[in-house]
Amino acid sequence: METNAISRRNFIRVSGLAGTALCLGFYSSANAKEDQLIHAADAEKSGIQMNAWINIGTDGKVTLTDHRAEMGQGSYQSVPQIIAEELEVDMKDINIIFAQGDNKKYGSQITGGSSTIRGSYKNLLKLSATAREMLIAAAAAKWGVPVSECYAESGNVLHKPSGKKFHYGELVTDASKLEAPKEVQLKKASEYKLIRKPLNRRDTPLKTNGEATFGLDKKLPGMLYAAVERSPRQRGKIKSFDDTAAKKIPGVQKVFKVQMAVFNTNREGVAVIANSTWAAIEGKKALRVEWDDSGFEHINTPDIYKKHEELLKTSEGLSVKKQGDVDAVLKQSTKTLDAIYQTPYQSHAAMEPLNCVAHYQGDKVEIWGPIQAPDWIQADISGRLKIPQENVIVNMTFLGGGFGRKAFMDYPHEAVMISKEIGSPVQVVWTREDDMTQGPYRAGVSYRGQGAIDNGQVTALKFKMAGQNIDHWQTDKRGQANDSASEGFLKPYFDSIKNISFADVPYEMPLPNMWWRSVYASTNGFAYESFMNEMAGLAGKDQLDFRREYLKDERCQRLIDKMEEVSGWKNRGKNEGYGVAITECFSSTVGQVVKVSRKSNGGIKIDHVWAVMDCGWYVNPDIIKAQVEGSVVMALGAATTHEITFKDGLTEQRNFYAYQMPRMNDAPVVDVYVMDNNEDAGGVGEPGLPPFTPALTEAIFDLTGKRIRKLPFNMNAV
Amino acid sequence: MITVTVNGQRHDIDADPNMPLLWAIRDILGLTGTKYGCGAAQCGACTVHLNGESIRSCCTKLSRAAGQQIITIEGLSANNNHPLQLAWNEMNVPQCGYCQSGQLMSAAVLLRENPNPTDQDIDDAMSGNICRCGTYQRIRAAIHRAADLAREGAKS
Repeated sequence: METNAISRRNFIRVSGLAGTALCLGFYSSANAKEDQLIHAADAEKSGIQMNAWINIGTDGKVTLTDHRAEMGQGSYQSVPQIIAEELEVDMKDINIIFAQGDNKKYGSQITGGSSTIRGSYKNLLKLSATAREMLIAAAAAKWGVPVSECYAESGNVLHKPSGKKFHYGELVTDASKLEAPKEVQLKKASEYKLIRKPLNRRDTPLKTNGEATFGLDKKLPGMLYAAVERSPRQRGKIKSFDDTAAKKIPGVQKVFKVQMAVFNTNREGVAVIANSTWAAIEGKKALRVEWDDSGFEHINTPDIYKKHEELLKTSEGLSVKKQGDVDAVLKQSTKTLDAIYQTPYQSHAAMEPLNCVAHYQGDKVEIWGPIQAPDWIQADISGRLKIPQENVIVNMTFLGGGFGRKAFMDYPHEAVMISKEIGSPVQVVWTREDDMTQGPYRAGVSYRGQGAIDNGQVTALKFKMAGQNIDHWQTDKRGQANDSASEGFLKPYFDSIKNISFADVPYEMPLPNMWWRSVYASTNGFAYESFMNEMAGLAGKDQLDFRREYLKDERCQRLIDKMEEVSGWKNRGKNEGYGVAITECFSSTVGQVVKVSRKSNGGIKIDHVWAVMDCGWYVNPDIIKAQVEGSVVMALGAATTHEITFKDGLTEQRNFYAYQMPRMNDAPVVDVYVMDNNEDAGGVGEPGLPPFTPALTEAIFDLTGKRIRKLPFNMNAV
Repeated sequence: MITVTVNGQRHDIDADPNMPLLWAIRDILGLTGTKYGCGAAQCGACTVHLNGESIRSCCTKLSRAAGQQIITIEGLSANNNHPLQLAWNEMNVPQCGYCQSGQLMSAAVLLRENPNPTDQDIDDAMSGNICRCGTYQRIRAAIHRAADLAREGAKS
């Protein structure tokens, strides 16, 4: 057993809700100087509201308020799995409700950065163990026996010598009156009964019979439907519109101009209100809108990459990270490499297109939708509409995919503005075409890598990136360097290579861009690990040996050993191509080995992908495997089949026929291995994505001798 | 008024006969398990059965369903216990889950027509259904598992 103190700035709050339940929650207070516990009575006196992450009722049922979204990543299972372990209850006795947006209660709720588990597991373990100890103490007091003779199991406290037992429900009233223990014993990993077990996901049954409620499934009495024609160049203004034909569509009730705030800009659109989704969509199609597209640049994709290349060749950019003297080493070296890598714009293209239900009621507004950041939306709407924050109620549904797009606050704002105009609840439905053409997108980024080798050793690495910066677009921080320029690049390289520099060459333009699964690591990872593979080749080293040599960190060494073992690296065949890449993303390291061969028609076939994930402490290995399997498929699409391109400022891809997703027949066999250790937990939902593409392109080089530095590329035309 | 039998229940629907069946099912009948993904028969999220055959309800007019038998995901089994549903649960197929109704409805026709599908049969039957979460490997494994379950069920 080990003790686990509460982390700084967090303290536990305990309350008995009118004596009917035991409620426990954590609260992150910016003012708390040190860890502290406050008793229920004190909490009430200070007017602190209980957040009730865990509520145990007199029926013994546990209700967990999940402050994060479930968008496929599995926290709907893994969070209760943590709680059940230390609380000693059965999974079936835990009910989950999604929290409403409120960061005063829950702290940050943004489901992003693969942060749900790594950001809360220590608190959740502590919270659950505290509740368990309080229940045991309550039982011991009732029986008049020492606490040491009692233990908890399956929602009961048992007295070992006599075999007497109390159900948790019988103890909550007494327990809620007790002081919470300041320190509790947490289990060792070897004592876990639920954590680290591949338990089935509890949301699966809801997702196999149509029962799960996604945003688009939310219906309210009297709800109308809206579809909006927005500027095809995002920033265009409405010159005029003709709704004559739209109003003739049966079911169309109203047509008006609407604005949607996107940070400090406004987007314009024409909203069509109808009594069914279809009538709204048909009405939108029948609109004739004339746009004023003056005042901003109309982008063409080839120009973007021409400009990137020019910037990378002529500008040193803004320094982000630097050690040693890279330029001096490069100048005097004879064995050097200089390469440019290009990555495309990407749509998030979640299967559930954007949508939002809003009900504006004067001094109150309520929102339902597939939402990654309910607290951000609450604050945003409150500020823009001057409604007190507590009167902005933001409800999360299940998300049909998010990948970063659904952390944006534009689509709920637009829904609220439409509800305000019509005075009734409304569901705003984005068509697939709206979803794909409006952005925001993962920015296409180009990179230049320069490196030197002396005596078989890498002596210098110089990386520059040129591409839109998400932060610049949001907040006009122009002129500042992108501090994510080295994201994805493994830190141990800095220990073994003396001269390294990363720089950002800012490139600004009016297209909206946003986080996309694994964020900068998704593009950085391709460039940097491709470059390292090329450097290994230049040094005449085996890909894995090269990693062993430069990634001296013990966890990396174990990861590399595992990659070698599971992929059969030492027994590689003659007509097979093998590639390797290892990247870091959100505090987890993932290595992948990809094996390819020639198809009879000449194209490239992916025979196998082996992925090794080191995410430190973890909950559910099967969910981790699923996340990595899915990340590989998502990376495959972005590398080989789909990109967003612009012509005269218009997005050229409008639906899946032009943005071809990998399908069943494209999906490679992926084997995932999870490293076992007790290091701090890292992310799970995103880190599996970045290493795939550089490992794939290296495998293709290994097989064919062809270098691929520009994405996407056609696997049938290598 | 258009009469359609959905999951064994007769409905008289008062709507434009040109309305896609998808929106009639979702907005009028309130059966929201069938999903909108693309509106262009590209992704398969809206797959339902019309007289036992897979159709893309986003591109099928309501009038086409007049007097016909429609089965949606809500009607695939009485108790979430179609062999495919059991296999999906056993193998933790869904992630976000949004496309899975369509995946299951497509797989159900495959399995009925071909109780012992090969990987190639699965590729052929399932390539019309997109999963953005990338659950294909598990879908494939679960279809094989469901085939086993169905055979075991038939023997017992």
